[in-house]
Formats: sequence, structure tokens, C-alpha cells
Amino acid sequence: MSDVTTGELFYQKVNQAFPGAIDRAVEFRGEHTLVIRQASLKDVCLLLRDNEELACNLLEDIVADDMLPEFPRFAVNYHIYSIPKNHYIRIRVPVEDPDDGPETLAAVWPIASWLEIEVWDLMGITFKGNDQLRRLFLPEDWQGHPLRKDYPLGYEEVQFSFNWQAIDAKKPYAKD
Amino acid sequence: MGVEQKLGNMGVVTTRLEDLVNWGRTNSMWPMLFGLACCAIEMMSMQAAHYDASRFGMELMRPSPRQSDVMIVAGRVSRKMAPVLRRLYDQMSEPKWVISMGDCASCGGVFNNYAIVQGVDEIVPVDVYVAGCPPRPEALIDGIMTLHEKVRGEGMKDWA
Repeated sequence: MSDVTTGELFYQKVNQAFPGAIDRAVEFRGEHTLVIRQASLKDVCLLLRDNEELACNLLEDIVADDMLPEFPRFAVNYHIYSIPKNHYIRIRVPVEDPDDGPETLAAVWPIASWLEIEVWDLMGITFKGNDQLRRLFLPEDWQGHPLRKDYPLGYEEVQFSFNWQAIDAKKPYAKD
Repeated sequence: MGVEQKLGNMGVVTTRLEDLVNWGRTNSMWPMLFGLACCAIEMMSMQAAHYDASRFGMELMRPSPRQSDVMIVAGRVSRKMAPVLRRLYDQMSEPKWVISMGDCASCGGVFNNYAIVQGVDEIVPVDVYVAGCPPRPEALIDGIMTLHEKVRGEGMKDWA
């Protein structure tokens, strides 16, 4: 890895093994991102883990974006780190339909199952093959996914002196 | 109502039952520990050496709802925490009171969003609201004194 930068190394390895899997590669302030098509995500991740030069053995986090009103609206980011090689790579997967999301990576990194539950809980992106998707942070009877941009921000109007009585009248005060 | 003046030499005191009971209640009011956020730091300070809540009969914070009389909700209550808070309130034995400490517990404070209950009075009936973000220990003590005033004014028909 003397004359090849981390970004180039990842791009070459992935492109060599799966031509056409990479949509584009982005470098921003020393952070490398590979935008991957949804169908080849699991194959790419297996390569990242098992290739000796890449050796990405730690999935740090899974983060989802909501880019309303763009299309594709959602994207899932996988922050992946290699402890022996000390390099990071971010895999970004645009998701067109949140009900038909990317494949689960639980078979690649076991922690992915847990992180995918979190993404589903707050953003509503399903992961194919993950049958554990359930409420993690929110109460079990929660409706909707609150980190989506079309989710209402507050559920109660703010009470000022001019509308005090109107809000006070409909506020659900607790009984003894 | 100095007892000495009424006592005389007879060794007998007459008073109203309401006054006696309310005197007993106000002078031994154990708070239930319900620290949820930064307000809890001020609540601990109120209880510790500098402000010394035991001057008002609050010797110790009880984490157990069965042994406590007043619940001090210190901090923002999330929607997931709300059923727990109500359950603990229901487990407290009568008579029981609630102090809503700070802006978040009283009205949601700066957190007007999906996750935070907009005022703990939607879950449990609140007796005293203490304003501040967070309120200083003096403010909380003032809230406790206000609650004492309220309890002293309770009549026998309120006890039922």
C-alpha cells in the first residue's frame, strides 16, 4: 500500500471483483465512500471482510439518510473499519423503496442485525432476511418512523399567553 | 400555634384533628427519587449538605415508591418513560403528592418533539410546578414549602 491510497485500493479491489457494482466513488476530507448498487451489497461486504489487503473486520455503524424530495429518497451508510490495516471505508447504498431494502449483513458482521433494527425503528427501512425488525428505542405500540422528514416534529402546539386557554381546554390532564 | 401557650398546667392539649394530621404529614414528607436529567443534580444538591432538605423532614430520598410521599419528577419524561412513571405513582401509598421540577417536566421545555411528554401533568396529577432550567435548589425548596402550605390547608374531606 505504499503508492496506492486507501480510496484507490478499495476501488480497485471492489471493481476488479464486481465490475459495475460501484456507482461512484467519493472522497471528501480524507473520507472514502463507495456508492454501491443495492443488489451487490452483500457480495461487496464479504469481499471487504475476507480480502487480506482490505481486512475490514469491524462494522462500526449503520446510518440511514432521508433526502426528501429526492429520488431515491433513502440511503443506508455502512461505516466499516479494519483493525489490522487501520483504514475506514463508507459503503453507501441508495434505497429506492424502503419496504424493499438492502439485504441484511448479519451473516457478514453479526452486529449488523442489531444496527438494522435501529435503522428500521427510526427510519423505517427494511432489511431483507432480518426477521428481528421490531421497536428498539420507541415504545412497542409506536406508529410511524420519527426520523423521516415527513414525520411531524412536535405533537402539541406551543402554549403562549395568547392561546393559553384554548390549549388548556384540550390538554389531556391526568386523573388521580 | 405554640403548644406551650395552650398547655398550661393541665398536660392536655386540644387541637383540631386536621391540624394535627397535616402537621404530621408536612414534617415527614419523604421524597421519591425520580431524577431523569440535569434537574436531578440540583435535586441532589437540595438534599445534600449545603441546602439540607432534612430541615424540612426530608431525611432521605427513597427509590422505593412504597415508602415515599412526594414524587419529585426532575427532568424530561420521554414517551417511553411515561408508563413507568405512572406505574410508580400508582404504587405510592396514599397520601401522595407530585412536584414537577423544572421546565421540561412542567411543559416539555425546549423539547417540543415526538419523544418528550409535553408536561408530566398529562400522566400524573401535579401539585406544585417549579420553574427553571434547571431550578436552583432554593427554588425547589420554595416549591416544597409551597407544597407544605397546600397540605396544611387540606381539610378532612380531602383525605378520603
